[in-house]
Amino acid sequence: MSRYFGWLLVAFLASVPLWMHDFYFLHVLITTGIFIIAAMSLNLLLGYTGQLSLGHVAFFGIGAYTSALVSLGFQIHVLPDFTIGLAPKPAWFAMLAAVAVAGLTGYAIGKLSFRVRGAYFVIVSISFAEVVRLVAVNWVELTQGPMALNNIPVLRLGAGPLELSFLRKPEFYLLVLAVAVVCYVVIARLVNSRAGRAMIALRENESLATSVGIDVTHYLVLATVVSAAIAGVAGALYAHYIRIVDPDIFLFIYTVTMVIMVITGGKGTLAGPIVGGALFGFVPEILRAMEIEPELQWVVYGVLMILVVYFLPRGIVPAIGGYFSGQKSGGTAEAATTAAEPVQK
Amino acid sequence: MSASAETILSIEHVAVHFGGLVAVSDMTFDVKRGEVVGLIGPNGAGKTTAFNVITGFQRQTSGEVLYRSHRLTGMKPHEIARLGLVRTFQRTSVFKERSVFENVLTGLHCSGRSNLWDTLLQSRREKSSERELADAANEILRFIGLERRAGEAAGILPYGEQRLIGVALALAVKPAMLLLDEPVSGMNQAETARFVKLLEKISASGVTILLVEHDMPMVMQVCNRIVVLNYGRIIAEGAPAEIQSNPEVIRAYLGQGKKRA
Amino acid sequence: MDELFQHFLNAIILGGTYALLGIGLTLIFGIMRVVNFTHGELYAFGAYCMYALVMIFHVNFFLALALAMAMGILMGAALEMLLLNRLRGADIDTTMLVMIGAWIVMQNMEQFIWSGVALSINSPFPANPLVLGPLSVSWNRVYVFIIALALIGATYYLVNRTRLGKAMRATFQDRDTAALMGIRIDRIHTATFALGSGLAAAAGALLGPVFVVTPTMGDLAASKAFAIVILGGLGNITGATLGGFILAFVEELGAGYISSGYRDAMGFLLIILILLMRPTGLFAQKERIG
Repeated sequence: MSRYFGWLLVAFLASVPLWMHDFYFLHVLITTGIFIIAAMSLNLLLGYTGQLSLGHVAFFGIGAYTSALVSLGFQIHVLPDFTIGLAPKPAWFAMLAAVAVAGLTGYAIGKLSFRVRGAYFVIVSISFAEVVRLVAVNWVELTQGPMALNNIPVLRLGAGPLELSFLRKPEFYLLVLAVAVVCYVVIARLVNSRAGRAMIALRENESLATSVGIDVTHYLVLATVVSAAIAGVAGALYAHYIRIVDPDIFLFIYTVTMVIMVITGGKGTLAGPIVGGALFGFVPEILRAMEIEPELQWVVYGVLMILVVYFLPRGIVPAIGGYFSGQKSGGTAEAATTAAEPVQK
Repeated sequence: MSASAETILSIEHVAVHFGGLVAVSDMTFDVKRGEVVGLIGPNGAGKTTAFNVITGFQRQTSGEVLYRSHRLTGMKPHEIARLGLVRTFQRTSVFKERSVFENVLTGLHCSGRSNLWDTLLQSRREKSSERELADAANEILRFIGLERRAGEAAGILPYGEQRLIGVALALAVKPAMLLLDEPVSGMNQAETARFVKLLEKISASGVTILLVEHDMPMVMQVCNRIVVLNYGRIIAEGAPAEIQSNPEVIRAYLGQGKKRA
Repeated sequence: MDELFQHFLNAIILGGTYALLGIGLTLIFGIMRVVNFTHGELYAFGAYCMYALVMIFHVNFFLALALAMAMGILMGAALEMLLLNRLRGADIDTTMLVMIGAWIVMQNMEQFIWSGVALSINSPFPANPLVLGPLSVSWNRVYVFIIALALIGATYYLVNRTRLGKAMRATFQDRDTAALMGIRIDRIHTATFALGSGLAAAAGALLGPVFVVTPTMGDLAASKAFAIVILGGLGNITGATLGGFILAFVEELGAGYISSGYRDAMGFLLIILILLMRPTGLFAQKERIG
C-alpha cells in the first residue's frame, strides 16, 4: 500500500509547475529538493551505517565545483612551465563527472578515515572538510577562490529542435524531482538488500556483524562512496541552478543543516530526510515571513535540534510510525517504520 | 559421530600479555573434527581471551593458532568466520532492534550471490538470491525451533531464546566449527535442557564444537572431552569422568563449588 | 635567521594560549568523552565578556580578566547542568548533537546581541613593542603569555595536587569505582566542564584585546583546540600543553615559509596525519583492546 502512496506523492509533486505559478515558491521547492537529496545521502552514512560523519558538505561542494569546472573549462599550472587544462564540456557530462569525482573522493576519504572510529572519526571528517574548504579558498588558479566561479552553463539535453534547456524554474524543479526520485530508489534498494543488512548490522553491533563474516571496512567505504556520489549529484544540481559557486559552499554550517534535517526527520528511515528536509526548507520561509532575524532563526533551529534529541530521539517519522502501529508484540519503532517504507518483500 | 582423528583446530603455545598483565601464559590443545570439547576453568583463567585470540578479535603475544592448516595469526575476524570457524558472544548475541528473521538473514550474509549492480538494477539474480536467503533463514529458524517468533524484535525475546538466535546466527555462516562463549549462562533448567538438545542436533550434523562454560552438569553431559584452563595454562585434559575426579582440577575450583550457583 | 627567531618567539607566545584552549578541551573531551562543540563559543564568550567589562562598564583591565574567566566557569557549569546532565548514559552521537545545537544557539545569540562588527578592546599597555635585539614583541602579548603560563600552572596544581583534581582523575580512570568510593560523579562532571570552559573563556579574554572580537572567532579556536587534544592524547594535560606549542610552531613556520593562506589548515592537516598514523595521539598510552 505504501508503494502506491509514494508514487501518488511523486505524481502530485510533478504536477506542481502546472498550477503553481509563484516562481519564488518554486525556488524554495528547488533548493529544498536539492537539500533533501543531500540529506538522503547523509542519512545513508549517518542513519543506516551509523557513522557520524560531519564532513559531508565536502562531497556536496566537490560535486558542485567539479560540475562547474568541467562545464566552464579550466587550466592550471602544475609546474611553472607545464599546464593541465580541460576544454569546456556539456553540462550533462560535467554533472556525471561530478558524481564520479565525488564518489572517488568518498572512496579515498572513507578508506583513510575509517582507520579511526567514534569521536576521532567525527573530528577527522570535519578536518577533511575544512581542508577542502581552505583549498577552495586558496587555490585561486583553479577555483577563483572567494571570487567564485561565475556563469556556469545551463544544463541542456538533446539538440536542435528537440533541445531541452533547464534554465527556468519549472523545468529545473522537475529535474530536481526526477533526480530525487532516482536517488531515493537507489538508496531504498541498497538498504533493503544484503548490503543494506550488512550496513545496518555494523551500526547495531560491529563485533557481532564481524563474527558472521561481514567485512566492516568494506561496507563502511561502500556506504561512503554511494553517499558521496549522491551528495555530489546534489552539488552538481546546485551549481547549474544557482550558477555561481564559491568556497562558502563548504562551510560547516551546511553540514550541520543536513545533520539537523536527518536527525529531526528520523535517521535510518527512508522518509526521515524528506520530512526533515521539507521542515527545514520551509521553516526558514515561515520565520522570514514572520520577520524574524536570521540569527534568531538559527537560534530556533538550535533549540529545535536539542528538543528533538531529548524528546523524539529517533526523529519525527519513527515517532509517527510508532504512534500509528501502536505497541504490537515485537513492534519496535524501527521495525514498524521499516514496514512502512516501500519494500519489495 | 564418526571417530575421525583429524585435527581441525590446533592452539600452540599461545600467550597473551597486556602490558604487565598475563591473561594467558601458555595454552596448547587440539580439537578433533566432530568432537564437542568443553573449555572450563575458574573465572579469570583466560577463557574468553582464548576465544578472542582464536577468532581474531584479539592478537596473541606469541604462539600460533591453526585451523584446518590455515595459520590464523593476523587474519581479520570476518575472514576467519568465512573459513568456517564461527563464534558466538557471551553478552549480546543478537541484533536487538531487528526481527528474528532479519537477524538470521543478516547471518546468511556470506551466502548471498549478488553484487552492488544486481542490487541497484534489481536483476533476476538479486531476486533469486534474496529468495534463497529467505528460504535458508526459515530453515534455520525451524532447525532452532523459533519459527513462530520470526517477525518479532529479537531484543524483546526471553533471554534463553536470544541465545538460541545467537546460535542461529552462527549456524547461518555455515560453520565447520562453532565456538560457543558461555552459551547457557543465565538460562534456567528448562532453557538449558532445550539448548543441550540443540547442541546434540548440531553436533550430529557434523559441526565440531568448542564451548566455554561454567555450568558443570551441562558440560559433563554434552562434551566428549574437557580441557581445563587455570592461570592461563592447561592443567588437565580428558573425558568428563576423568576431569571430575582429577585432584588438580578440584584444587583449582576449591571454594567455587562443583555446580554453578 | 632573525626571521626564524621571530617566528620562534611568536610561536612560543601563541603556544601558551593554544595550550590553555587545548587543556580545557582535553579535560572535557578526555574525561567526559563529550565532543564539545561549544568550546569555541566559550572562548568567544570570554572575549565578549572582556569587551563588555572593559569597554562598557569600565572595569579595571586585569580584574576584568578574572571576572571573564569566572563567568566562563559559570556558563560552563550551567551548560553542563542544563544539557548534559540528562544525557549521562547516552551514546556519544546524542551528546554531540546536543552540543551542536548549543553551539548554534550561542553563536547566533552573540551575533544577534553584538552584531557581526569586529570589536576592539583597549588594553593598558604601551603601544610600542618590547624590543629584544633584532626581535620585537608587543607588551600585550608578553602579558598574555605570562598569564597563560600561570593558568596552566594553576591547572596542573588543581588536577594533580588537590582533592578535586584527584577525584577528577579517579572518575576519568574508572567511573564506577570512583562512584563506589563516594565521589559525587555529577559534581565532578559539572566541575570538569566548568573548569574546561573557564580556561577557554580565559583564553578568549586574553586574546580578545590582542586581536578583535567577532561572533565567529570561536570556530577557528575550537578546531585548533581539537587538533591539540588529538596531538596530545585524550585527557592528557601534559600532552595538550605540548600540543599547544607544537601546533603554534607548525602554524608559524608553515605560514612563514610555505603559505600564509593555509595557516589555519595546518591544524587540520596535523589532525588528519596523526589520526591516520597513530590513532591514539602522539602521547597517549597504548590502550588495551577488548
